[in-house]
Parts: sequence; C-alpha cells; structure tokens
Amino acid sequence: MAITAAHDLSQAPSVIQLKGVNKWYGQFHVLSDINLDVKQGERIVICGPSGSGKSTLIRCINRLEEHQRGDIAVHGVTLSNDVKNIEAIRREVGMVFQSFNLFPHLTILDNLTLAPIWVKKMPKREAEDIAMSLLRRVRIPEQASKYPGQLSGGQQQRVAIARALCMRPKIMLFDEPTSALDPEMVKEVLDVMIELATEGMTMLCVTHEMGFARAVADRVIFMDRGEIVEQGPPTEFFANPRNERTRTFLGQILHH
Amino acid sequence: MTDVPVGERRQLPPPTTDSGAWGWIRQNLFSSWGNGITTVALVLAIVWLLNWFIEWAVLTAVWTAPSGQDCRGHGACWALIHEKYRYIFFGSFPYEQHWRPLFAVIAMLAMLILSADRRMWNKRLIWIWSIGSFVSFLLMFGEINLSSSLIFSIVLIVGVAGATLRSTAGSAAEINAWRAVAGIGFVGLMLRLLGLLPAFTISIAPLSYVETSLWGGLPVTIILATYGLLFAFPLGILLALGRRSHLPLIKGLCVGFIELIRGVPLISLLIMASVMLPLFLPSGVTIDKFLRALVAVILFAAAYIAEVVRGGLQSLPKGQYEAADAMGLTYFQKTALVILPQALRVVIPPLINTFIGFFKDTSLVLIIGIFDFLNTANQALVDPKWAGFPSEVYLFAAFVYFCFCFSMSRYSKYLETELNKGTRR
Ligand SMILES: Nc1ncnc2c1ncn2[C@@H]1O[C@H](COP(=O)(O)OP(=O)(O)O)[C@@H](O)[C@H]1O
Ligand SMILES: [Mg+2]
Repeated sequence: MAITAAHDLSQAPSVIQLKGVNKWYGQFHVLSDINLDVKQGERIVICGPSGSGKSTLIRCINRLEEHQRGDIAVHGVTLSNDVKNIEAIRREVGMVFQSFNLFPHLTILDNLTLAPIWVKKMPKREAEDIAMSLLRRVRIPEQASKYPGQLSGGQQQRVAIARALCMRPKIMLFDEPTSALDPEMVKEVLDVMIELATEGMTMLCVTHEMGFARAVADRVIFMDRGEIVEQGPPTEFFANPRNERTRTFLGQILHH
Repeated sequence: MTDVPVGERRQLPPPTTDSGAWGWIRQNLFSSWGNGITTVALVLAIVWLLNWFIEWAVLTAVWTAPSGQDCRGHGACWALIHEKYRYIFFGSFPYEQHWRPLFAVIAMLAMLILSADRRMWNKRLIWIWSIGSFVSFLLMFGEINLSSSLIFSIVLIVGVAGATLRSTAGSAAEINAWRAVAGIGFVGLMLRLLGLLPAFTISIAPLSYVETSLWGGLPVTIILATYGLLFAFPLGILLALGRRSHLPLIKGLCVGFIELIRGVPLISLLIMASVMLPLFLPSGVTIDKFLRALVAVILFAAAYIAEVVRGGLQSLPKGQYEAADAMGLTYFQKTALVILPQALRVVIPPLINTFIGFFKDTSLVLIIGIFDFLNTANQALVDPKWAGFPSEVYLFAAFVYFCFCFSMSRYSKYLETELNKGTRR
C-alpha cells in the first residue's frame, strides 16, 4: 500500500464546509462546534472511540441526520429543510454503510441501476452499461444477476460501493465500511477504496484501518465526545500525536 | 481411516437410517407402544367416519327426485341441490338470463386467475381489469348509463393517474398529453357543475336492465370480495403509510380511522351503511344498497389490511430507508421501489389470511338483505316442497366457500416461494 500521499491541495476549491455545527440527541450533545473544510480531491480519515459522533458527523453531511446549529454547505449549497435542496446534495454525495444496506429484493444489477434510472432519469440501457463497467471495476461482474443474499460480505460491500458510484458522485462518504467484514474480506474492500482514492475522488472515511489512513489519507481527524480533538497529515498524526486522548486511543488500536 | 494422512481426510457418507416406506412408517407411526396405539386408534376412527360419510353421501344418496318426499328414508338428498342449484348460484336474477351472471363469474374468475401469475404483473393487468370489469358489470346490469359528470370524473382520474404514474418514466410530451386529458376532465366537470354544459348520458344497453336488488348468489359474493379487496388493498396501504407519517395530522387521522373501524363489528358497519347513511343524505339522493354495502366492506377490510401492512413496514431495518434516502430517491420512489416491495413480501401469509377471513365475512351482508351466496343457499331451504334437508345445502355452500379459501391458501404458499426465489441465503 505504498501510495504517495503527497498530493497538493493548496489550489483546490473547498467542496464541504462545516461551520460551528452542533447537534443534540435530547439532552445529549453529540456534536459540539464542528468546523471542517474539505477540499476537492481530499481524502480524510475520521477515527475515534465508539460513540464519539463520527457516524453522526458524516450523516449530517447528506442530511440523514439533521444538525441543529451551524451551517453545512456542500458545493456551495447550504443544507436547509428544503427537500429539493437535500435531494440535490444527495445526488452529489454517495454513501457506503457499515451494514451494506443493499436492497435484498433486487438483483445486484437492479440495485446499481435503481438510482440512475429514477433519480437521474437515465435510459435503462445506459444505466446498465455504467453499472456493468462499475461491477468490472470492483471485480464482480459475474454476480450481476444474483441477489445480495447470495454474496459474501466483502462482495456485498463492493457492490454497495459500485452502487454509490453509479450516481457519479463528486464526494463519497464511508461509515466503517470494513467493520462488519470477516478479516479475510477486509483487503478486497480496502483495495477498491484505495483505487478510488488514487483516481482523485473526494472521500470522507470513518475507519479504524490505520494502514489505509497511512497509505491514502491527506488528513486524519481524531474525534472524541463530539469534538474534533486533533487533525493532521498521517505522518505527523501517527508519529507525534499532541493530545493525550489521541495518544491513548492510538495506543489502544495500534497495539492490538 | 488411520492410513489417511492429516489434512486429506475423506468425505464420509452420512450414517444410514431406515429408508423406504417401511422405515418411514416405523419411525413416524410406530416408534413406541404409545405411538403405535394412538396410530391404530386414529386410523380406525378415520375409517369409521369415512365409511359412514360415503354411505350417506354417495351409496344411499338420492341424486334426482321430483320432491323432498322421495328422499325420506334414504341418504343425502342431493336432488335438492340438483333442483335448486341455479337459484343458489344466481339468486333472483331472471331465470332465462342466467347465462349473464354465469359469464360474469367466469370473466371475474379468469381475471383473478390471470392476475395470480407473477409473469402477468405489468401494465397489461390494468387493461385486463378495466375491460374485464366493464364486461362483467355490463353482463350483470345489462345496461350502463354514463352520466356526463361521471364521464368527466373518469377522464379526470385517468389523466391524473397517468400523469402521476408516468411522471418519472414518461417523456415530456407524454406527460403533457396526460395533463391535457386531466384538464379536459376537470374543465368539463366544472362546466357541468356550474350548469354551463347541459347534462347528457351515454347509454350502453345491449341487454335488458337488471337492478342490483335482483342480483344474488355467487356473482354477488365474488363482486363483494374482489372489488372490496381491490379497493381496500391500496386504501389499507395508504392508511399504513399514513400511520407512520411524521405529519401529526395525517398520522392522527389514519390512527383514528383504523381504530374506529376496528372497534366496530362489520355487522354494525353494514347496518349503519344501510339504515343510517340514507338519513344523512339530502332527500332525493339515493345510493344503491349494494354499493353502500360494498363501501362498508371496503372500509372494514382496509383497516385490517393497514395493520397487517404496518407490521411489514416495521420489520424493515432502518438501513433500507437510509440507503434509499442517501441515493436521493424521493419519498414516493423510496416507498414504491424499496419499502413496499419488501414489506408486502414479509406479510403475504397474514395478508392472505386477512383476505380469506374477509371473503367469508362478506356473507354478513345477508343481514341487510343482500343475497350473497350463503343467503341464496339459505333461501333454497324455505321451499316447503323440499323442507328438511339443511345439511345438504349447507354442506354444499361450505364446499364452495372451501374451494375459494383453499385456493387462496395454496396461492399464498406459491407466492411466498415465488417472491423469495433467490433472495434467500
Ligand atoms: N438516534 C439516536 N438517538 C439518540 N442517541 C443517539 C442516536 N444515534 C446515536 N446516538 C448516540 O450518539 C452518540 C454518537 O453516535 P455515533 O455518531 O453513531 O458514534 P460513532 O459512529 O462515533 O460510534 C452515541 O453515544 C450514540 O449512543
Ligand atoms: Mg458509527
């Protein structure tokens, strides 16, 4: 996984901006004062202890969760309660879940073509061509006519990535994409993600795969108790973490 | 085994068990003394019952006879069914016109059987049902009068439905065509209601008119059940979706409606529809009694279907909604393409169970004087010439109901396996 992370982003426009984002579940403050600026083509890895608000943070970006204070702008469009606005952002932002969430009643091919056909109004043939080329990219074209339940976890997650890519998104969000997988399947999914990263996709990945972070991330963000505690390029982040909480966390996950 | 090196263990065949018919019988019927005695006792009881029934229903039965007198002292009096079957099947429908309800029943059964096949689930079904229903009702009524307001309403509904259903798949020109159709319907209806357009009726009358009060027997039961369910099913789905809505008003209305209907016996709904509804209508306005009963059963079935469907909606993992949302599908696309196909699959058995219960419940319409199949069977007993053979008639009626309900039950099994093909692990 020796991919050079040297990747000049100084000239790149910023595509996601979070300013003073706060969110509560009842009395519980899940996100407090999150400020984040993501450049086009930037690869960000978010890590942190369980329950620290990582999922909540990336789910606010495509409005699966609603934040209560602050502003989130994607491609210059500020998220509001306007349904058109939300749908426009969701067309640009693909998401991959920990539990795959493929549609079990549809074949793999139909899973992939559903959104292009209905959201983008793409002709069926064209959508199928794109779907097949993406399935080839994630190396499972032969599974196109099967149902999700007939595939292994790793294959399902690769289908889920292909499904998100089918909409030609500008940004991809990953929420612990390898956490539900058996160890021998983790690599096949990471390989697909690394390939995507080298092609210049803007990516926000919640993951504890530190090898992946070292190989492709432009920036690693450490979250704890709803805050961004520390962030920086992977070399610096892993070599000399400044915050005590970061050190404790890295100690726990790297020595196991 | 010892000479097989580690890591190259051979696959062993499973241990042999008693196989063949004798093996099965020994294992399942005579595995112990208690089991053996139970088996023998039950077999004897079944043989005795069957023997008695065949003796009564076949060997000593009377198949044709001029009157009930000739049946006395013999077994089952099937002569009564032979004599009365036309009345039981078609009620008071004019006798020489019985071919009309017969063909209507055949047409409706054909539509049902065609729709049962999964390969037919496409746009063709809309045509089959539109044409089939029109033919069936034309046969039953003999003449159909379409008033101008009804025609405009239908045009409006077809236009709106077309524009909505094709909104995502159709070309702009097609959508505009549907909108134009809806527009014509709307303008026509408005002009008619404002009195700017004179009233007119289109009359299609190839046969003599037979009013609904003369309808009876099997066609009535099938119409109530089929069209009751045809309308109750979508209504029930809407109620179930409404009950899970985030909008408090919609949610409240749906919950209120469901609980209200579920808290009342069907009989009282039917009585309300037949006795109380006319009191609230302005004088001069009458709604056909048959239609009122149909509306009552639709509302009743919808409430129950809604609760069954809600169970299916709740069984879906949250991730399915989130994945659909994250792709940018609209609420309607998400519901129609992702949520309902899965939720309905889960609830096929309880849903068909509701359908079966509902099919039998239609017999309650006899309380308000509608002659459904059970009621005509009942009436066949009134003839003094044939008095004294209720078992035969009820057995016959039960047999016909059983055929319908059993088919539905088998169909439920077929549908479950058919829809779960491949999706199972
Ligand atoms: N829908 C919810 N209602 C209430 N609390 C929630 C909800 N979703 C998440 N939480 C809580 O918010 C916190 C952050 O959750 P999450 O963002 O999933 O953490 P992470 O992904 O970092 O493990 C957790 O403590 C969790 O219990
Ligand atoms: Mg999480």
